[in-house]
Amino acid sequence: MRFLPLSENNRRDMLEKIGVSSIDDLYVDVPKAARRDGLVDLPTHASEMQVERHFNKLASQNTQAGSVPFFVGGGAYRHHVPALVDHLIQRGEFLTSYTPYQPEITQGTLQYLYEFQTQVANITGMDVANASLYDGSTGCGEAVLMARRVTRRKKAILSGNLHGQYQDTVKTLTRFTEDEIQILPANPAKPEADIEALKAAIDDQTSCVVVQNPNFFGHLVDLTDLAEVCHAKKALLVVVVTEVMSLGAVKSPGAMGADIVVGEGQSIGNGLNFGGPYLGLFATNQKYVRQMPGRLCGETVDANGERGYVLTLSTREQHIRREKATSNICTNSGLCSLAFTIHMSLLGQVGLKKLAMLNHKKTVQLKSALEAAGLKVLNTAFFNEITVDLGKSAADVVDRLAAKDILAGVPASRLNPKDSTLKNLLVMAATECASDEDIEAVVSALKGEV
Amino acid sequence: MLREGRPTTPEAIANDAGGIETFSGNRGLRIHEPLIFENGSYNRTGVDMEDAGAFETSLGGMDREESDINLPGYSEPETMRHFTRLSRKNYAIDMGFYPLGSCTMKHNPRLNEKMARVPGLSDVHPLQPLSTVQGSLKVMDELSHWLKTLTGMPAVALSPKAGAHGELCGVMAIRAAHEAKGDPRKYILVPESAHGTNPATAALCGYKVKAIPANDEGRVDLEALKAELDETVAGIMLTNPNTCGLFERDIIEIAEAVHAIGAYFYCDGANFNAIVGRVRPGDLGIDCMHINLHKTFSTPHGGGGPGSGPVVFSDRLADYVPVPDLVMLDDNSLSLKEHVEDGDANFGRMTAFHGQMGMYLRALSYMMSHGSDGLRQVAEDAVLSANYLQASLEDVMTRAFDGPCMHECLFSDKFLKDTGVETLDFAKAMIDEGYHPMTMYFPLVVHGAMLIEPTETESKHELDNFINSMRGLASAAKAGELDRFKGAPYYAPLRRLDETAAARNPVLKWQAAEAAE
Repeated sequence: MRFLPLSENNRRDMLEKIGVSSIDDLYVDVPKAARRDGLVDLPTHASEMQVERHFNKLASQNTQAGSVPFFVGGGAYRHHVPALVDHLIQRGEFLTSYTPYQPEITQGTLQYLYEFQTQVANITGMDVANASLYDGSTGCGEAVLMARRVTRRKKAILSGNLHGQYQDTVKTLTRFTEDEIQILPANPAKPEADIEALKAAIDDQTSCVVVQNPNFFGHLVDLTDLAEVCHAKKALLVVVVTEVMSLGAVKSPGAMGADIVVGEGQSIGNGLNFGGPYLGLFATNQKYVRQMPGRLCGETVDANGERGYVLTLSTREQHIRREKATSNICTNSGLCSLAFTIHMSLLGQVGLKKLAMLNHKKTVQLKSALEAAGLKVLNTAFFNEITVDLGKSAADVVDRLAAKDILAGVPASRLNPKDSTLKNLLVMAATECASDEDIEAVVSALKGEV
Repeated sequence: MLREGRPTTPEAIANDAGGIETFSGNRGLRIHEPLIFENGSYNRTGVDMEDAGAFETSLGGMDREESDINLPGYSEPETMRHFTRLSRKNYAIDMGFYPLGSCTMKHNPRLNEKMARVPGLSDVHPLQPLSTVQGSLKVMDELSHWLKTLTGMPAVALSPKAGAHGELCGVMAIRAAHEAKGDPRKYILVPESAHGTNPATAALCGYKVKAIPANDEGRVDLEALKAELDETVAGIMLTNPNTCGLFERDIIEIAEAVHAIGAYFYCDGANFNAIVGRVRPGDLGIDCMHINLHKTFSTPHGGGGPGSGPVVFSDRLADYVPVPDLVMLDDNSLSLKEHVEDGDANFGRMTAFHGQMGMYLRALSYMMSHGSDGLRQVAEDAVLSANYLQASLEDVMTRAFDGPCMHECLFSDKFLKDTGVETLDFAKAMIDEGYHPMTMYFPLVVHGAMLIEPTETESKHELDNFINSMRGLASAAKAGELDRFKGAPYYAPLRRLDETAAARNPVLKWQAAEAAE
């Protein structure tokens, strides 16, 4: 067994030191009825080669995103990640370290978390960001809970153009709390009408309005007016960004008046990984910092006066406050935030803007090609994602194209099957990875279907 | 001292070189590294890419100026050096012994990293048509099978993102089950020794927490527990082996008493490493338990995450497992139930998509590598090593409780009484000895607690070196060598950090000097 350093002789010597004759003597506190003598019914150990063979076989039963024309988005995006990112996050000093509870010997982790918090605060246009949450969807739930703590009001209003699984996650997280969640109907064709409906729904019980930008259907909407209406009624505006790459090209949520920004940070530094692990970004204004969930890293000095970093404001957290904590979260997305920080350091504002504009250009190109082929695109203002009305079941079309090795996008019904008005809608994302040939292939295949 | 970037004004640093100060401020391999905001360039990018050029944009007039993004960049070599230098300021399991109790800092096999990066498994989108991701669904199915078999439980929810998220999933299922019977009930019982996440989770599910005291053997006080059990109690959250490193001897009786009043038994599975392959939680009467894949099944801790916290369920709760749920179709292909249908018992969705797939891959690779025989040996060696440490230190440190421990051993600070040395000082002195300190001041039921978890991946040689250092420190404390402890650490990249100042005046992001003022 290649992972276990103790030899039989070691084990014997150690048992002797302990003063027992067999390992079973150390399990005497286990009730007899629950002690198992034999092995559980599972295969015995395997060599590296055997394991690799098995995984390669499983991999062959998937369609790899990068091997086909690929336009799937909907909250997870395929971007090119520089080789250096994966190299650096695999350094054992980062990979195999724990949460930095001993700051003298974890300054590496703490300094990058401080850099990460600064990068996230700057791109979202907010005062402060935490050291990450699990992902965007759970962060969205945390934002709703935080808005209740800040406003002492219970009703959160969710835009119908918010990612369906984010809606479901928020509903679940608040199912047994005092929060009331009101979700407006989806409005894929008229994003401004969604904003007007949100404004009309705000009342003096509203804790927050949760709106996604660009929204699930790809529309960009200026939220400045909505923020003003929220603030006039003393409610918070929570802005969800599932495609963080958009912040390189689009006015920040902070500049539009957001009070809390929740982001899915996967697009920077992190691969698709079939949905996880991803990276929850969470930013807010200075005045709400003590109501934030999750870990925070702050600057301080050591006994010699040298600058260093520590986890701070932990009196908000479960290991101190227990049932009165701001959240039950403990683990975050440390290594994913490192990947984000490295990729963002490579990009800088110059690279982020350039990459974001390249994404936008590919999507402008996709939209033109779709329209030239006679397909109906619903978007006028967008970043790298658009919605096409196919006039027939989008799920069926996507399945037929998948059989031809083209992954055309996300049928809107996949996330919200109960809303029949979404049945024919296909949400398509074009990132820098989409080539001219890919665009041509998907457009001509779609044209052949409708 | 930091000479680049925002200057600091350290006092003279005692060092081994007779007080020689270097001109750079560095000391050999200990190289200071400024923040990227201090030595990066706002005009540079380290990524080459196609230039979009001029085109007609459709951003709805919401264009963002480059300077508004406010992020400096590095070239590739600068990035490499920046993060490599930062990495060298970290302690890690790859570098040395990391006996952090309750955290299971074991070796992370690199095959698992390689398997998580097989392109056909990593470069896959969660919303691809299910026909194109049968391999990934099989990974989930196989992982489910391993977890269910190892725990003796019939159902599993893979999607929770970490231990605390798994706890939430389990207690939500408990609440949903009670609500289905018409009464959610009011209380969750949580032992005093529990992880802080337990009471925080109960509160998120709308329950009030009643603390159950420990007896003088470090276990749940059965009589006190029974006295609290009535039909207002929804369930109990119990860690087993518990946070004192002990197996709850009365666990079956506890389960029976909890079930007798129609309540449910949640087990915090953080310490599953002690019993994997030897004891199945399902045989103990447990109704649901989360498993930290990042502990028992060795997915790397990554400086604080990502984790993964699948939850296994008994028959009593199996109907309440949240979506997504794997479904085997008639043609033997796999599907995912992604939505709650009318009339379903399950309580909803914990997260977007399907959970921590990258962690599933690593954990499955780990399980297959070890197999049923290796996993059982894992538990045995972990327990053996902890007992060996306990037996080798008990004459110089103060054991908290009698009898064999499980995978971790617990000491109180009684042996430091009247020395002037506190648990924190002792821990910082361990840093100078080349170790990551044990968990300190937890569990709360033991004064000045020191919780040591060696795991199964340490050699006897490493354990013996550690024992020698700990014995040396215990003697030094008793001999009154206060400086060794109060000033520690001396040999870490930084001396002791001022956490109080950090909290009093939180500085949570870098700002240019003029903006910061």
